[in-house]
Amino acid sequence: MDPREPMPKQEASERIKNFNEVALGYTEEQARREAERCIQCPKPLCVKGCPVDISIPEFIKLIVEGKYTEAARKIKEDDILPRMTGRVCPQEDQCEAQCVLGIKGSPIAIGRLERFVSDYEAENAEIEAPPVRAKKNKKVAVVGSGPAGLTVAADCARMGYDVKIFEALHKPGGVLAYGIPEFRLPKAIVGCEIEALKEMGVELECNVIIGRTITVEQLFEEGFDAIFLGLGAGLPRFLGVEGENLLGIYSANEFLTRINLMKAYKFPEYDTPINVGKKVAVIGGGNVAMDSARSAVRLGSEEVHIIYRRSRQEMPARNEEIENAEEEGVIFDLLVNPIGFAGDGKGWVKSVKLIKMELGEVDDSGRRRPIPIKGSDFFYDVETVVVAIGQKANPILLDATPEIKKNKWAYIDADGETGKTSMKGVFAGGDIVTGEATVIAAMGAGRKASRAIDEYLKTGKW
Amino acid sequence: MYKILKKEKIGPNLNKFVIEAPLIPRNYQPGQFIVLKVDEAGERIPITIADADKDKGTITIFVQEVGKTTYKLGELKEGDSISDVVGPLGHPAKVDKIGTVVTIGGGVGTAIVYPETKAFKEAGNYVISIIGFRNKEHVILEEEMRKCSDELYVMTDDGSYGKKGFTTDELQELENAGRKMDLVIAIGPAIMMKKISEMTKQYNVKTIVSLNSTMMDATGMCGGCRVEVDGETKFACVDGPEFDGHKVNFDLLIKRLSAYEKQEKEALDRYKDCKIEK
Repeated sequence: MDPREPMPKQEASERIKNFNEVALGYTEEQARREAERCIQCPKPLCVKGCPVDISIPEFIKLIVEGKYTEAARKIKEDDILPRMTGRVCPQEDQCEAQCVLGIKGSPIAIGRLERFVSDYEAENAEIEAPPVRAKKNKKVAVVGSGPAGLTVAADCARMGYDVKIFEALHKPGGVLAYGIPEFRLPKAIVGCEIEALKEMGVELECNVIIGRTITVEQLFEEGFDAIFLGLGAGLPRFLGVEGENLLGIYSANEFLTRINLMKAYKFPEYDTPINVGKKVAVIGGGNVAMDSARSAVRLGSEEVHIIYRRSRQEMPARNEEIENAEEEGVIFDLLVNPIGFAGDGKGWVKSVKLIKMELGEVDDSGRRRPIPIKGSDFFYDVETVVVAIGQKANPILLDATPEIKKNKWAYIDADGETGKTSMKGVFAGGDIVTGEATVIAAMGAGRKASRAIDEYLKTGKW
Repeated sequence: MYKILKKEKIGPNLNKFVIEAPLIPRNYQPGQFIVLKVDEAGERIPITIADADKDKGTITIFVQEVGKTTYKLGELKEGDSISDVVGPLGHPAKVDKIGTVVTIGGGVGTAIVYPETKAFKEAGNYVISIIGFRNKEHVILEEEMRKCSDELYVMTDDGSYGKKGFTTDELQELENAGRKMDLVIAIGPAIMMKKISEMTKQYNVKTIVSLNSTMMDATGMCGGCRVEVDGETKFACVDGPEFDGHKVNFDLLIKRLSAYEKQEKEALDRYKDCKIEK
């Protein structure tokens, strides 16, 4: 069996000096070679691993035939944002994890092929707006323009509904715009995909906070027939330890938003500043932690540490991102946990107090529980800290709309199959229902909600 | 884009803007704020709404020129546009009939305390207002405040107008005179709110302050505005902006407000140099 085609990347020594995309994408030859490895299983398992059921063997076959644009359009039947999912999906846990080639060798690089064809289409073909069905003269409001909201907007527009997206920030894209860095997902691509939605007739209004600027009730009064809430998780979690409000300690949300959305890395050309010291500690082991650490490297930090309380094996970040971070010189301090911060007497963080951990029994998350080792605490000097330990539910819309029931974690209590909430006509999906998850999971939830919205608007049944 | 319909210079480095923002007045209540971004490269800054007109679809804000963003704003003319305005944000002020309410405005904070003063007056309270400024030139909204106050005291640091002294001095006089105070609302520089809160804690008078911490999205997403209230971390944007002054850690607030002092100075200096070259 031929080995998997490697992904061409910017050299680590080069890329730490810029914010350009790290992975450069397959060439035509590479894509063909990789596609030819696919054995076209009659009962493809890869599709089962995909949250939006992309016709994977079909699109790969089109690549073998040299029909790249057709391949991209095949994907778009199920996934409206293939240029993004091809880049940020955790394929190794989804489609590629199921690939039979993975049993004895390496699985087909489905994500890289998805990225190749969708980039090819964008660069070489007329972007073809998917056919829109006859107008239904019903209005759907989509709250939030992240992956869940964009999916619902595209699906509902295709079904013939009038769709308007409301976005709280000044730029659309949600986490795709403020969270994921340029070097992993170029913002020009996000912009392109949103333009394509507008071509389909979707309206977009930024700077509107539903729950404050307009309430859910008022959206119905204005004539919207159904509302989809794709708010995102939205509220950063902190550790709740001594000294956490010292200057120089950021939430990952703030750190990344300053860089990605506000372009603080171009200060003073852009007005938003950021403080990044020579020695940076990023707390957490997920993709957001990797994004923060790698951004700090690019902003000129000399020493960037990932501080994670379990071992490498339990790290939730994608392997690819952990490897990229290692190549870029990020230092991994595993089995240590921050228990406090000390200041320099002038209000700035000077050091983080860490305690060593050991792994105990398997806990509810299926991972071995980290247990502090008594008396093993020590101080470690840092200038900047980024806390990347997850998020909580944003309270604005839900506080203003008591009709929408919350679950015990304060996320929206929505039906897993339909996205229906406790308020008639209101659907929800993505991180605001599940808590922090992936781009593709949010798109999957959006897809299910779109079908349920269509059903509801056709029958009026709740 | 959000058009500037009216701009009026009302003091040294202080401008009043009436901005077309049709969606904001509908749900606006006193105490709430907006976030604005002047242009493509701009930063997002929070500014309290001084007034809103539902029929015209406009909001009024007062902006003191202190950094690059507010200077850029100060250079815009009527008819120019601001790239982004979003709001109303934050919890509205709790306005009830309580009895005697003392509202205190420090500097441009007067523009923030003004809509609340009006609301407390309309709710049937006896309203005593104290507004303080650096000097005569900086005095704003005196007539407006007089109209919605039963008593108004204007203070200047140098005595060039009204009474000489700080707002705290007048508050102390009211206390010394044994005046009844059921609630104090204090809005102004962090140091003023701190001093007022320290005094009223001794008098045992409930005090509400409005915190102006550094914000970016102002929807709870970034946590940059975190403040400590009663020993707990709160986000000024979604939990506030108004809090019980007796429970706020003002020293932390003042520290956190200085986080970007160096960059702010650099940005402003470069901006001014640029202007001179032109």
